[in-house]
Amino acid sequence: MSATTATLPAMGRLPLRLVLWGAVLVLALIPLLNQLPESSALHVGDFIVTVTGKWITYAILALAIDLAWGYTGILSLGHGAFFALGGYAMGMHLMRLIGPRGAYGHPVLPDFMVFLGYPSLPWYWLGFDMFPYAFFMALFIPGLLALIVGYLAFRSRITGVYLSILTQALTYALMLAFFRNDMGFGGNNGFTDFKELLGMALNTPLARAVLFYASLVALVGSYWVCQRISVSKLGRVLVAIRDAESRVRFLGYSTTQVKLFVFVLSAVLAGLAGALYVPQVGIINPGEFSPGNSIEAVIWVAVGGRGTLIGAVVGAFSVNALKTWLTTAAPDLWLFALGGLFVAVTLFLPKGLVGLFRKAEK
Amino acid sequence: MTSSTILYLDDVSVVFDGFRALNNLSLFVDQGELRAIIGPNGAGKTTMMDVITGKTRPSAGTVKFRDADLTQLDEAAIATMGIGRKFQKPTVFDALTVFENLELALKAPRGPWACLRWVLGGEARGRIETTLEEIGLTARAHDRAAILSHGQRQWLEIGMLLMQDPELLLVDEPVAGMTDQETEHTAALLRRIAGTRSVVVVEHDLEFVRALDCKVTVLCEGSVLSEGDIDHVQNDPKVVEVYLGR
Repeated sequence: MSATTATLPAMGRLPLRLVLWGAVLVLALIPLLNQLPESSALHVGDFIVTVTGKWITYAILALAIDLAWGYTGILSLGHGAFFALGGYAMGMHLMRLIGPRGAYGHPVLPDFMVFLGYPSLPWYWLGFDMFPYAFFMALFIPGLLALIVGYLAFRSRITGVYLSILTQALTYALMLAFFRNDMGFGGNNGFTDFKELLGMALNTPLARAVLFYASLVALVGSYWVCQRISVSKLGRVLVAIRDAESRVRFLGYSTTQVKLFVFVLSAVLAGLAGALYVPQVGIINPGEFSPGNSIEAVIWVAVGGRGTLIGAVVGAFSVNALKTWLTTAAPDLWLFALGGLFVAVTLFLPKGLVGLFRKAEK
Repeated sequence: MTSSTILYLDDVSVVFDGFRALNNLSLFVDQGELRAIIGPNGAGKTTMMDVITGKTRPSAGTVKFRDADLTQLDEAAIATMGIGRKFQKPTVFDALTVFENLELALKAPRGPWACLRWVLGGEARGRIETTLEEIGLTARAHDRAAILSHGQRQWLEIGMLLMQDPELLLVDEPVAGMTDQETEHTAALLRRIAGTRSVVVVEHDLEFVRALDCKVTVLCEGSVLSEGDIDHVQNDPKVVEVYLGR
């Protein structure tokens, strides 16, 4: 909900809330319908459960980007890095849980380490066998990176396109680093062949359903956090920073502090999304850091409608639905479609799909 | 310096690369006083404002706000001491309503966490409503600033300064680009504001200065040329020469 809708009378907000809860309910039905016998007309295939679960994590990433870009005007073209770091932290946990079931049967070392001749686990892999630690790191590492990068950038008053280039370079540098075998993160193969999580064998209906619901709860929770921020005075400070940062500074606000807060929170949400994404798709590799991923995520937000939380979610779902369909129907067309979509939205729908509905309402 | 003097500039000079923007300028503003500053282009009006707000350091002279030496303080410290400055170009937050613009300017803890947990209390609401009344925008409180007229944006900006509770308000060319009716309204607004606070207005428009009905200081080439009420300075031969002669 944007600052604009926040000021509308409560009547205008009620239907939106109903629509949102309706959408959550429909999503929540998907794993249940998956349990029906295949002969049933309402049966939903495994593929749909996994792919929808993946979109839900994308929606969390979109919310994170929207909070930074749509509300505060920080256009990060490197949010995929925070997503990927969250994913890698979860991937490390999943790798540790494989244990002796790996191809080389080593009791502790993941296959790639045996292959590369590691004598023992690198120190930074310690502790990742414990879920709470791995989960914490999936949020902490992206947050810490955002804190360092954000502090240096915002303190030096780097904004606009320079900040975008900086974040883009950040994710590209991380991609190159993670491609290296001696980083200890599996090089270009990354992590895969996961077996279990929290005692559940992956690739079972139960695991799929649990991960799906965990993602849904995370999405609702993230939406709630962003919504609380957007209707608070902090939300209005963010919008003010987006529109006239120096004026906000002149009013006595430390815009550096406020932007840092938002940037770190946004990175933590992206990390959360990545951590939920990896066990569902079953793989993480350095490709997740590729600059294209980050730009694509920004396009979801632009298509859905930046500066509105619902827009970010709608954009993530609709663009990815289009992608899933188009990459099977006409794979060569996808990048053209994505580029065309971005141009079309920028030219004709500056407020995104959500803006279209808002117009229709009036 | 009498006890009621709030702003005190004595023998202030500012030299930029040999050019004397201010030349032994002396000016005293009393508590609750409304003062108009006029002068031809390049007379040093803006430089004087810059010196008071800490944007420019004087090369020589004394600048005091009550007992504080303003030449030793930076812009933020001077702003929080109670000197508010309105720039020529109004910058209000278009995406926010008039009420929200004032709320952001209200004196309150400024950290992100404090802003997140901020609840608009009765006292704060009262202060915002009083200011809305003062600037004449009560009826527009819940309109977005983007749809205000030029004059209304200027008043909103003055309102935002008032929310910071300044003791001294510096207002730079408030009526540039305003309609006659808006100009009149602005003069009335500034007269109302003065009294509880001191207000220094820099302006070109002599009709407007007449409507302010206050002591006028004429600056020329960085120092005071004449001082007194509007009729006095308008008939001062030195002023006539500067404005009409040459």
